[in-house]
Amino acid sequence: MKDEIIIAGFGGQGVLSMGKILAYSGLMENKEVTWLPSYGPEQRGGTANVTVILSDERISSPILDSYDVAVVLNQQSLDKFEPKVKPGGVLIYDSYGINRIPTRTDITVYRVDAMDATFEMQNTKAFNMLVLGALLKVRPMVTVESVLKGLKKTLPERHHNLLPMNEEALRRGMELVNS
Amino acid sequence: MESEIRLMKGNEALAHAMIRYGADGYFGYPITPQSEVLETLEAEMPWETTGMVVLQAESEVAAINMVYAGAGCGKAVCTSSSSPGMSLMQEGVSYIAAAELPALLINCMRGGPGLGTIQPSQADYFQTTKGGGHGDYHLIALAPSSVQEMCDFVALGWDLAFKYRNPAIILADGIVGQMMEKVVLPEQRSRRTQEEVRKQCPWAVTGKKNRKRNVITSLELEAPAMEKINNHLQAKYKEIEANEVRYEALNTEDCDYLLVAFGSMARICEKVMELARKQGLKAGLLRPITLWPFPAAAIAEAAKKAKGILVVELSAGQMIEDVKLAVNCNVEVRHYGRLGGVVPNPDEVLDALKGMIK
Repeated sequence: MKDEIIIAGFGGQGVLSMGKILAYSGLMENKEVTWLPSYGPEQRGGTANVTVILSDERISSPILDSYDVAVVLNQQSLDKFEPKVKPGGVLIYDSYGINRIPTRTDITVYRVDAMDATFEMQNTKAFNMLVLGALLKVRPMVTVESVLKGLKKTLPERHHNLLPMNEEALRRGMELVNS
Repeated sequence: MESEIRLMKGNEALAHAMIRYGADGYFGYPITPQSEVLETLEAEMPWETTGMVVLQAESEVAAINMVYAGAGCGKAVCTSSSSPGMSLMQEGVSYIAAAELPALLINCMRGGPGLGTIQPSQADYFQTTKGGGHGDYHLIALAPSSVQEMCDFVALGWDLAFKYRNPAIILADGIVGQMMEKVVLPEQRSRRTQEEVRKQCPWAVTGKKNRKRNVITSLELEAPAMEKINNHLQAKYKEIEANEVRYEALNTEDCDYLLVAFGSMARICEKVMELARKQGLKAGLLRPITLWPFPAAAIAEAAKKAKGILVVELSAGQMIEDVKLAVNCNVEVRHYGRLGGVVPNPDEVLDALKGMIK
């Protein structure tokens, strides 16, 4: 089993850390993982993206042409990565600030209103965990337990009081998915 | 600390591997895309545990000269930088090679020339394998293509450096440095005691005490004596060439077309090879792990039945010269490269490979 994923959005949306949590969850399940960020000047305000690969076998290239799953969180990323989803693949997008919705019919498209949910929850920091929840609902590539275990490992101990909030956001995200 | 499985960036793995090797010192100056090396060392604070010195020097020139001094004392010392910073260090590198000192250097390459970009590149191949500094010298050059190798080559680099009294360099790039992967960190080794250093490095300056004076220098004004030193160095390089060639060969036994690539590009070429084989094109991959000594014989062997070789590099074509020499122009050798920090997709490399089919 191999999942090739791109997560893309604005710098500051938690794109890279969402990918990191996903990669860590894969590690918890003894998978091979790669996490490759865009680390250019685009991180500072422009679009940031990260490629995550989870696999049961040795991973060759960490750089890909096409993806099983694209998670896109702004218009630029949607425009850039919608054409790069493999036929039969999955596209998940947050509708906030999107004025041109996906049009492809040979992939499955899911909308998740995570940004709106953060306004409701009055917690913008929960954004990437909501999106991750949505992703795992659509493609359960790792278990929620592994995510929580991975999160506990990546968060410094002084932030462990945030774990319940993250779990709540993850589970809320799973309910937000619209196809 | 015991052996442990972690998820981390290649640059972070370098830092952890240094501490666990029982390194004595690191001297560096921050530069993207390798700043995490110094940052990780400072976060780990090994001076409180193993006693390892970590120092941010005032410049790359200072850092390499601190390495020169530390290595002269028989210590396991290291510096890391990225392309423009490595250029600044080249005088010191030549001195360290001339004085036969066992230092570890790391270059996490970015796009040049000049200040260039902060994106990945492999265009320092010539600098690393053909000199960089002045004079007839060689560095033992290791090219990691995964985070695990970033970790493993720290120990390997230092072991080889001490074995041959010769600087070793890890030639990485922005992809291998910034990418996170699973890595098995080795268990903590203790730092050598001063007594052990004296025993392992009888040539080092350790405080004289009942032995003849040791001198660390690269200066010899008498030409015949300097030629003798050079001949000694060349004999050592021959020995390294005979014993330390390393490479990985995938599907080379039956390949019609051979890909040759190192570091991150070898990872992309592995995917290209998979895609090509799915389409019925028999591709193989030879990945030099040591760029010097270069696996020329292995490439010649792998190319015996091949109809063509595609060398893939993040440069305008540097390693291709060594590949051409290796096969003596008996088979067509083409190049595919992207420049200035641009990284090719597997598909475009596959197209270049298909373009070779006659």
